Amino acid sequence: MASELIVNGRPHRLPDDPRVSLLDYLRHDLGLTGTKKGCDHGQCGACTVIVNGLRINSCLSLAVMHDGDQITTIEGLGTPEAPSPLQRAFLAHDGFQCGYCTPGQICSATAMLDEIANGWPSDASASLEGRFEPTGEEIRERMSGNLCRCGAYANIVAAIADVATESDA
Amino acid sequence: MTVHFKQDQPATDNRLDTMAQGVIGKPLPRIEGLAKVTGTAPYAAEYVCENCAEGVLVTATITRGTVVRVDIDGAMRMPGVVAVIEDDRLIARPAQGTANEAPKQQPRTVCYWGQPIALVVAETFEQARDAARRIAVEYRDDGDVAVTPAEVAAEEQEDETVREGNLDKAMADAAFAVDATYTTQGHASAAMEPHAAMAQWDGRTLTVHASLQMLNYNICELADAIGIGAENIRLISRFVGGGFGSKLGISEEVVAASLAAMQLQRPVRVVMSRQQVFQGIMRRSETTQRLRLAANSDGALTGFGHEALVSNLPGEEFAEPVLQSSHFLYPGENRELVLKLARIHRMTAGSVRAPGEAVGMPALEAAMDILAEKAGIDPVELRLRNIPDKDPERGLPFSSHKLAECLRQGAEAFGWDHGSRLARQRREGEWWIGTGMASAARVHNVAEAKARVTLKADGTAVVETDMTDIGTGTYTVVAQIVGEMLGLRPERILVDLGDTRHPRGPGSGGSWGAASIGSAVYVACMAIREKLAAQLGTDESQLRLSDGKAGDGQTLVELLDGSDIAQTGHYEPGRIKDDFAASGFGAFFAQVRVNHYTGETRVDRMLGAFGFGRVLNAKTARSQCLGGITWSIGMALTEALEFDPRDGHLVNRDLAEYHVPVHRDVPDLDVILIEERDPAASFIQAKGIGELGMCGGAASIANAIYNACGARIFDYPMTPARVLAAMPD
Ligand code: FES
Ligand code: FES
Repeated sequence: MASELIVNGRPHRLPDDPRVSLLDYLRHDLGLTGTKKGCDHGQCGACTVIVNGLRINSCLSLAVMHDGDQITTIEGLGTPEAPSPLQRAFLAHDGFQCGYCTPGQICSATAMLDEIANGWPSDASASLEGRFEPTGEEIRERMSGNLCRCGAYANIVAAIADVATESDA
Repeated sequence: MTVHFKQDQPATDNRLDTMAQGVIGKPLPRIEGLAKVTGTAPYAAEYVCENCAEGVLVTATITRGTVVRVDIDGAMRMPGVVAVIEDDRLIARPAQGTANEAPKQQPRTVCYWGQPIALVVAETFEQARDAARRIAVEYRDDGDVAVTPAEVAAEEQEDETVREGNLDKAMADAAFAVDATYTTQGHASAAMEPHAAMAQWDGRTLTVHASLQMLNYNICELADAIGIGAENIRLISRFVGGGFGSKLGISEEVVAASLAAMQLQRPVRVVMSRQQVFQGIMRRSETTQRLRLAANSDGALTGFGHEALVSNLPGEEFAEPVLQSSHFLYPGENRELVLKLARIHRMTAGSVRAPGEAVGMPALEAAMDILAEKAGIDPVELRLRNIPDKDPERGLPFSSHKLAECLRQGAEAFGWDHGSRLARQRREGEWWIGTGMASAARVHNVAEAKARVTLKADGTAVVETDMTDIGTGTYTVVAQIVGEMLGLRPERILVDLGDTRHPRGPGSGGSWGAASIGSAVYVACMAIREKLAAQLGTDESQLRLSDGKAGDGQTLVELLDGSDIAQTGHYEPGRIKDDFAASGFGAFFAQVRVNHYTGETRVDRMLGAFGFGRVLNAKTARSQCLGGITWSIGMALTEALEFDPRDGHLVNRDLAEYHVPVHRDVPDLDVILIEERDPAASFIQAKGIGELGMCGGAASIANAIYNACGARIFDYPMTPARVLAAMPD
């Protein structure tokens, strides 16, 4: 039996205790503390990671449910030596203050831009079909699951918009 | 060496402006930013620690009474459970900001629903969490106690009381008068990082990684709580995932982790659940406020009344200082300001971002809007006509006063229409559209602080202090001050914060952090400059340092010739505190849409103009303002603690039910930083900016709602139900 999951390209054994959330598994068992716990109840988005290309709240998922899954965390998106475009844009736009919601915002935004590119509509979209532009309103709607109590939203949206239009060009 | 400087006089020389490096005030990205965006910045619970046990708090399910017995047998038989800590030294409440001593202990005496009473420790978090649920607690319940302010007689806070002239008469004689009562519901800080502590005890020293704002006070609070000397404690808070007042004093998990680590002789980590943070940490008190404004035919205030009722637990000194800015913002020789405190059994009330003005200013500024309407004066103009030339109660001069500039520049940038303010003039489909404005004010504080600056022989510098950066930008502004003073690029400077092994900073709170620690750093750098000048045989004032060079070419490395220069700056505010009234000022402008049928309000755009002395970093200062405006939106529209009137328990104790603003609630925001120097505010001419951005902002939204749809609302938050109830047909 495989019983392993792939985190940032490396295989890891699933935990023995079925109660371990994917979030606690990443933070505690693997020491990948870039993924944050803000509520443990799917209410804040701080724990957002990318599983098989889609963003999820890792606190709402048990680690043992992810046998064979490909998981990308903030550590897998970029490093201080080689930050991703979104990580650089957050830094340039001051898209954070305390930094606690930030990895979740960046993981979420990374996958969110793919959702726009793949033609998934949102509440802010004028229609259910067609090509969607990463407008401010689209970004805000799609990022509303990621709370930032420091109130860095205006800068976060600017950072995401920057990257979205750059990669468009 | 320590250099002590007590500031008795305004620092009018503005020396930072005469330096050569050119980094002060610049919008530099945060120096710790890369660590934050890559997830490599460690927060309290994230330090790697061998053999660390995990603790989960057990909390009370009654409001008032005594714990008779904690039945631990079932829990102790569960796999992995190590111990249940029941200790009279566990704290039952968080410490108030700057308490410097333990808060109420003896957790077996229960004073509010959700009070921590014991700690379960197990090998893993999952084991501890399950075991904590298995603990049966037997109580002696004292039964009915007061849980709402209306149930008790409130105590007047006499040192807040001002009664001058005859306000009743002024109201009767006034050309225009407003007498209005407002309510605000309680608020939670809801910092994104839950309170967390990881404690290690080696038999001599207790080392605690915690998420705290004011280590300089926290170390004494913890020492007092557990009964060991502060010299045996080391507190570390390098990264704090937001505080907003909730981490000013030590909280329950810090003491619980410490006692457990000492008892079990192994490291213990305790992280509060989100629900425990809501229930067991500070709330901002709800308020009821009566505003009375009397004006002559020109709109000049002749009478000013502001009475407020707030609440707290028995035994707590803190009373939400609602009237703080009302004492000086507007004139009126007939004055009546009274603050009353009701003792009730909800969780501790304490500081939440901008205690006082956060709720006082929105009520005052909504009443000012009514006055403007009655007097037929443009609201911006009404404020301009009511700017006192000195503190109306204490007679002190203002250290600086930028309200008029904020009002004028803000109005211009927003495109404020100074014409008719008739409500319900613009409608698009179901939506009424309107604008509103409000003044901002937040008292300025500055505190004693120490920092050690070492100019190293290799031409780099290190700054050490136990000051924290809770997202405010301390790391970066400290590097900018040192860079400016010593002629170094910020990347040559290591800022080492949040460790009590370093000199005591002022702590992050009350918006005093940057101005206070900045002044201490400035004092240290001045002393280093003196030394360098002496070495060069010149006067300090002639010293020109930039990019690691002194004047015409000699490098700092050559000048230092193999030795470091270390100086500790010790800054203390002296008579400037007594000789001046000091405050940050500002103005908010908002445009909203209100749905005629659902009562929903959306903020279309919002602008804030703020004057708060020297801007240390235009990027991080702007971010502080953005944060404050965002909080204004939350307070205006969605944030409210809801308590069960029967037992006072908090009903909406999580982020799904307590509604902080989300991305889509916050439009593009404009911030104008009014550049100024305030020599009497601090040694570096700076004031605080962490809180000003939410001191009045909610009123600009309230006033915009009225202008849009004609609904005057006297209760914050202005939920759809409240808007609909006040909506004219
Ligand atoms: S920690 Fe997962 S959503 Fe908040
Ligand atoms: S940066 Fe602090 S919560 Fe978003």
